[in-house]
Amino acid sequence: MSRTTSNLTEKYDVLVVGGGNAALCAAIAARQSGASVLVVEAAPEFYRGGNTRHTRNMRCAHDSATETLSGPYSEDEFWDDLLLVTNGNTNEQLARYMIAQSKEMLTWIAEQGVRFQPSLGGTLSLGRTNSFFLGGGRAMLNALYRTATRLGVAVTYDAEVVALDIDGDRFRSASIDHAGQRYTVEALALVAACGGFESNLEWLRESWGAAADNFLIRGTRYNRGTVLKMLLSQGVEPIGDPTQCHAVAIDARAPKFDGGIITRLDCVPFGIVVNKHAQRFYDEGEDVWPKRYAIWGRLVAAQPDQIAYIIFDAPKLELFMPSLFPAIAAESIGELATKLTLDPAVLVSTVDKFNAAVQDGKFDPQVLDDCKTVGLSPPKSHWAQRINQPPYYAYPVRPGITFTYLGTRVNRDARMLMRDGGASDNMFAAGEIMAGNVLGSGYAAGIGMTIGSVFGRIAGQEAAKRART
Amino acid sequence: MTVCNSCRYCEGLCAVFPAMEMRRSFGDGDLDYLANLCHSCGACYVDCQFSPPHEFNVNVPKVLAEVRGDSYATYAWPQVLAPLFRRNGLALSFMCVFCIAVSFGWLAVGPDASAIFAIHTGPGAFYELMPHNTMAVMFGAAFAFSIFAITMSARNFWRAIGPAPANAGVVPSVWQAMQDAGRLRYLDGGGAGCEVTSAPDRRRLFHHMTFYGFLLCFAATSVGTLYHYLLAREAPYPWYDLPVVLGALGGLGLLVGPVGLLTQRKARDPAVRAETHRGLDTAFLVMLFLTSATGFAVLLLRATPALGVTLVIHLGVVMALFLTLPYGKFVHGIYRYLALVRHAQERAAHKH
Repeated sequence: MSRTTSNLTEKYDVLVVGGGNAALCAAIAARQSGASVLVVEAAPEFYRGGNTRHTRNMRCAHDSATETLSGPYSEDEFWDDLLLVTNGNTNEQLARYMIAQSKEMLTWIAEQGVRFQPSLGGTLSLGRTNSFFLGGGRAMLNALYRTATRLGVAVTYDAEVVALDIDGDRFRSASIDHAGQRYTVEALALVAACGGFESNLEWLRESWGAAADNFLIRGTRYNRGTVLKMLLSQGVEPIGDPTQCHAVAIDARAPKFDGGIITRLDCVPFGIVVNKHAQRFYDEGEDVWPKRYAIWGRLVAAQPDQIAYIIFDAPKLELFMPSLFPAIAAESIGELATKLTLDPAVLVSTVDKFNAAVQDGKFDPQVLDDCKTVGLSPPKSHWAQRINQPPYYAYPVRPGITFTYLGTRVNRDARMLMRDGGASDNMFAAGEIMAGNVLGSGYAAGIGMTIGSVFGRIAGQEAAKRART
Repeated sequence: MTVCNSCRYCEGLCAVFPAMEMRRSFGDGDLDYLANLCHSCGACYVDCQFSPPHEFNVNVPKVLAEVRGDSYATYAWPQVLAPLFRRNGLALSFMCVFCIAVSFGWLAVGPDASAIFAIHTGPGAFYELMPHNTMAVMFGAAFAFSIFAITMSARNFWRAIGPAPANAGVVPSVWQAMQDAGRLRYLDGGGAGCEVTSAPDRRRLFHHMTFYGFLLCFAATSVGTLYHYLLAREAPYPWYDLPVVLGALGGLGLLVGPVGLLTQRKARDPAVRAETHRGLDTAFLVMLFLTSATGFAVLLLRATPALGVTLVIHLGVVMALFLTLPYGKFVHGIYRYLALVRHAQERAAHKH
């Protein structure tokens, strides 16, 4: 029997389900509080850590500039940003508590061996607010796993929780499948830190119908939401819109799962976007890209066959970060349409109409400039320039799902709240599975990691405290 | 590389990724430049979310190691000798045996073949076996050839990696590169060390021992030469004298360093190694080790009848080392240093 298998035959103070940032912060914090801890990660070792593998920074409040942060980011400013992106769809008390706790996280995370660096090229706008992990999310995970293992946290990969034994508001044990066998692991407290359900296509179909078949999942294929479903069906109170997910438009040629950051496309403001009938359907220049990129997943999802094409011309090719795949190029709009299997006559007419509506202005990608269309529906409000310099380029895009909002409701101890009104005796949640408590909709770069680290540490400490009493 | 350029998470780990971002296109010369800039710490492999078994199959250290290995042959001068890189171990052993044989042959046909088994002591003892001038001419010639061949190869490389940025100063860049190379700044994976080893990471330590050991031995030889010509003091020198002290210290480095580097290599994750060029490392490390080991043998046995044989073997090994410097792993230091200079120039130009 291998060591990781024998892990499953013991009893623990704290069982952590999941293997990402939140799970590891919980495991480390619980172990540092004196608890025995087992981490069960459903993914194989390489894919450990869920979507943490694809992250690169976290957003923490701080009073002054540091070696890697270019200036202060106050708690109030953080709160204002959160209010803005969620449209008020947040729990103020919980959110402000998290923001206050985030200040300590910069030191605490670094103490666990995670290294930071100044913001990456192409992300200067985040240099003041967000701390970037040196080497990215997987480097961060490697550090957390090293620390957890050194502290004596037991970790088993390829271990999927298939059932939870919950008595009222109390967790008793979990049934875990590993290496072809089923094990029952008892623990005094449970930390659920195993993500949302964005990789569960059947579940997505419940809300989106057949359109979900054309979605691409940007991150891990292991966030199937099985534990979330068990908890919600056994008395834990849900939070967040069950039909909503964070979706951006990504390169349609990306793999079904795990394409990560390199499938993103930031070129919508530099061209026009057409659907499979070669028609435009939304204002490509409505606002600056960071404020608009998260709506395009949903926009494309509403188009026939969930596909769209960004069309632009030669001068725009080098204005944005390239995707993994090269742009499709042609010497004429008609030829480009043929390559995209669009109707050439219709695309030519769409481009001609757009070009005719473009007003002369001073093009400036950095600000809301005065380049716009007149008499066109839908309009293009900024950065509208005629598409008339070959070669012409296109990127096909599809909705890329990042995460889902449905989760378990928690209090400030990261303790799950029950549908009958009380708090759970020994069940805690951290990370994406409870992100909906503070992030009811929208997204701000690096905030998922903040939620994971802050509530992960709290969940670990509280679970250890519960196990000792 | 397309994956890296659209991801950029590794930007802070070393010089390779920022250098990549400063380039729009990647010709062969650019790739050779990046490959030699890479110190093969492996951090970008363990940190990459797209490394195997991910379907994107990104393995930068391995690809660059293969390119780097090939680049040595690409720029070698003269090109006729480039194939030596392919069967490097064989070439070096052959050269070694050949040089030792020539040394023995020299003595055998020389005026006093029996001198080899006699006891020689006092100043000039070595030269009773082989006259100093003969030694100086032979080694001087070998050394001069190597320097010339390496210079020509380095020139090929420098030209291939493209023109330097116009507004970058040479002196500050050369100085910056000396600091980067001297400290092996980029062998630490951005601070975490070389992570892909099953043993504790000591690569930097062992490389320092090897590199500075080599420099100390070189210094010992230089001091000896000055003694000989300026002060007319002839070898062998007493154990406390500068050439012996420098040589012994350097020699220790050359014993421990190469052995350490070989064991560290065994402990590395095979996934990041270029299997095609393993012989290069081994051959060079073994040569350095032998140079030092035979040098110590001379030091220990110099008052005994074994001196002749040991000295001849030592000189043969050193001769072989000199002659093969341009066609072995030694050149990695030259190309990597030039790549660091170019990187310092590009960074300076980028800041303006």
